[in-house]
Amino acid sequence: MWLSVLVLTVISWLMKASAPLVIGSKKLPPAVVRMTALTAPVLLAGLIVTDLGGPGWREVDWTELAGVGVAGGLCLTKVPMLVAVAGGIAVTALLRLSFQ
Amino acid sequence: MSLRTEKKTAFLDGMRLGIGPATAGFVLALSFGAEARARGWGFGLPILFSMFAFSGSAQFTLLSTLAGGSAVAAVTAAVLINARYLVMSLALNNSLQGGRLSRALKAQTLVDASFVVAHRNNGEYDVGRLIGASATQWLTWVSGTAIGVLVAPSPDLMHRLGLDVAFPAFFVILALDELRRSSRALVAAVLGAAIAAALLFVTAPGYALLGATTAALLGVLPEKGGEQE
Repeated sequence: MWLSVLVLTVISWLMKASAPLVIGSKKLPPAVVRMTALTAPVLLAGLIVTDLGGPGWREVDWTELAGVGVAGGLCLTKVPMLVAVAGGIAVTALLRLSFQ
Repeated sequence: MSLRTEKKTAFLDGMRLGIGPATAGFVLALSFGAEARARGWGFGLPILFSMFAFSGSAQFTLLSTLAGGSAVAAVTAAVLINARYLVMSLALNNSLQGGRLSRALKAQTLVDASFVVAHRNNGEYDVGRLIGASATQWLTWVSGTAIGVLVAPSPDLMHRLGLDVAFPAFFVILALDELRRSSRALVAAVLGAAIAAALLFVTAPGYALLGATTAALLGVLPEKGGEQE
């Protein structure tokens, strides 16, 4: 168990350090820079889908979707981020209390 | 403003922006700590794991797969989950300063939410902000793991309180901000979401997430109006 944790930790360090160690200060070609600029939005979209869907789409929970929707909606109305998320959590908790 | 002041401002800005994701991370870390204790990992190992690996998805993967299979298979699965850091490291590299070692050390602060809040409109990354956002998240990730190990809160109670909403809600809010940047970002995100959605039917979420990053290949296509370099 300890060895598995150690091996995973070291490999994770190396993956994060891969580009600085391999490429160093060399500048990337424009096409690669454009590609890397899209990494953040793509990663976020993937995180949202995989987190809400779960393995084989078996973890879809309408109360969670409602809470996430409320948090996103509140954010669009310029409510501070933490308040928006707290609102989403409260809605989900209330729905679960009422229907589950 | 001097360079030192600029860096300090960026770091503090990052710490502030990291509070939201750090709060969600704290909830997730509680679950990780509690689950690790339930699976007989003891007290020290989960906390050290969170301190040094600082990677929720890989830590959960190792925790769950180690229980049901060989150590090699478990480590391989967790490494594949973290393979997105290869792409993120590449994306960050142009924004890093200094020698190889200094750059490699700064790159250790790469985590999903920090990577997003450090993203600038010009496609580069604010490294001070990245480090600040990760510092906040690291504190709550490690403290959450420690509290989870010690208190072991019931997963049912956390579910009833709706705390599982925190993580995706923060990502949706960060995405709303990210997608305002350009129509290309919006198209890439929709494509990434579609790829992840399709892959989720046939593979584990970590691999679906890795597959979603291929949507960033859209960036290889030239932008309208020529190169913007």
